[in-house]
Amino acid sequence: MALIDWSKVTLTDPPQLPREVLRELKKGIDGTFREFSRGYGEAIENFFHPLLMFLKWFQDLLIETPWPLILVILGALSWWGSRSWKMVVGTVLAFLFIGWLDMWEDTMATLAIVSVATLLCIAIGIPIGILMARSDRVQAMILPVLDIMQTIPSFVYLIPVVMLLGIGKVPGLLAVMIYAIPPIVRLTNLGIRLVDKEVLEAADAFGSSYRQKLFQVQIPLALPNIFAGVNQTIMMALSMVVIAAMIGVPGLGVPVLRAVSNQYLALGVMNGLAIVAIAIIFDRVSQAFGKRLQKHREGEHGA
Amino acid sequence: MPDLKIKISDLYKIFGANGAAHVDKVRNGVGKTELLEKHGHVLGLQNINIDIFAGRIQVIMGLSGSGKSTLIRHINRLIEPTTGEIMIDGKDVLSMSDAELLHFRRFDASMVFQKFALLPHRTVLANTTYGLSMQGIEQSEAEKRASHWLERVGLGGFEDRFPAQLSGGMQQRVGLARALATDADILLMDEAFSALDPLIRADMQGILLDLQSELHKTIVFITHDLDEALRIGDDIAILRDGNLVQQGSSQDIVLNPADEYVADFTKDINRARVLTLGTLSHNEPSVDGIVLDSTLTLEQAMNDLAASEKEAINVTRDGQMIGQVTMRDMIYAASRVKAGDGDTVTYR
Repeated sequence: MALIDWSKVTLTDPPQLPREVLRELKKGIDGTFREFSRGYGEAIENFFHPLLMFLKWFQDLLIETPWPLILVILGALSWWGSRSWKMVVGTVLAFLFIGWLDMWEDTMATLAIVSVATLLCIAIGIPIGILMARSDRVQAMILPVLDIMQTIPSFVYLIPVVMLLGIGKVPGLLAVMIYAIPPIVRLTNLGIRLVDKEVLEAADAFGSSYRQKLFQVQIPLALPNIFAGVNQTIMMALSMVVIAAMIGVPGLGVPVLRAVSNQYLALGVMNGLAIVAIAIIFDRVSQAFGKRLQKHREGEHGA
Repeated sequence: MPDLKIKISDLYKIFGANGAAHVDKVRNGVGKTELLEKHGHVLGLQNINIDIFAGRIQVIMGLSGSGKSTLIRHINRLIEPTTGEIMIDGKDVLSMSDAELLHFRRFDASMVFQKFALLPHRTVLANTTYGLSMQGIEQSEAEKRASHWLERVGLGGFEDRFPAQLSGGMQQRVGLARALATDADILLMDEAFSALDPLIRADMQGILLDLQSELHKTIVFITHDLDEALRIGDDIAILRDGNLVQQGSSQDIVLNPADEYVADFTKDINRARVLTLGTLSHNEPSVDGIVLDSTLTLEQAMNDLAASEKEAINVTRDGQMIGQVTMRDMIYAASRVKAGDGDTVTYR
């Protein structure tokens, strides 16, 4: 079978695979993947079942917890992060406003998936970043994967995820994580690689093992960068809320989708702004926390 | 003679993809420039042989790029040599396993760095306990010992500050306390005072000499500053392009520079502050002179002599008269004139 249909090639039509070959190729790939998902879909789904249960439990917990308690917890969290009364008042007011406009339940669902996604990203992303920082070869292998994860349109990887796992919270969570994990990996790697060489040499000179160097020198010194990565990961997870809603993740994305298909301007804007409010609160609190981590740099000479 | 502590023999370091392949070329006289241009390798050190004695301060001096920082890093194997042998207390450092090397670095050699290399996220106290915690010493005991050393270097009361809140001189005192706290026999100091301004530097040199007079550690001290080398070094080695060009006491280096390079170094120093009466002493004690000890420098002796209104000094070593030094000898020696009128001044 010819790989190029020369009869079709002109100055405006570049050489291409014959139509029927191309069709067979696509069919072949689709068929193989479908076979795969038929064969292993259930096993994979079972593998993720505990995660699904946890997500469900966490979301129900947030929704069923009395709202005053949630406000207290959120206020306390923002105090712990930022040590600023303004932040605490702002947080409480924003969430009261969200509740007042009847978006409480969706907001809690969004908080649930974003926090679980962020925690998983941190748990998986930081070790990967550490591995990358340790070896140039691992870095060379992982960097292109991160590039793909960040640039490939989310809809494209939604297709195989949905084929494998169907519609629901877990595929939604995976989609969010694929999009949100690269910054934490990148910034962990970068942060560790940027640690002052002389300080590392000092750690070596005093007989630190790899582990001691990692936990007592590299990670603490990379924390500001790692924290910038956490912040980015949260922001990116929030920005995936609407797309996740397309594959059945409950939350603020669902009314936005409804608003798009029905041209409900007010509904769309309100829910959109609720996402923005959460994003701003998370961003400011986590940045203030990141700054506090750098407290030792205060009074630095020539800085 | 004190005990031999560190013996480095036939050490070569060639940086590049395949340094070992080029050692023979260097042995056969291929120079630094040729090695770089024709073979793409950088000559770090060549044919280094040096004996460092216990309880003494060995200064290794050279300009930047001469390989002195590379050399000191071979002693605790932060840099692996291309070939050669490093024996410390009769043990071969290069054949140590990873575990033995960790143990060696934790207990036998500690290091002070040019840019201090403190951990910015830890307090002064927590920085000083770093080496102790690597030794596995319990926290409260480590803090006790660290506080003691901080006190000794004059930083008592600064335990809870962060390095960034201290001046350069104070940061280096932390570096020194951190190194001393491990109680290692060997102290490696890589341009430890070079980043400090002159007054603070002199101050730190004083602290180091004070501590050394009581601790008697084996100190390897890297510097590019001859004044510093002469002030603190018991033995001085001079490196040029990875080669040891001269080894000796401060008196040797000043009086008999091995080549132009060393002579250039010694050109601008205050010779009267380096040379001692013992070095110049000759002939029989004179009848009409004051009595001074052989370890005094010319500068100190000139003062005393001028005040006494006499012309000669009778030099004693351990109470024994060993010879005389005249005013004329001292003027010659201080002013770089090699020999007198054929009669008096003879340098070993």
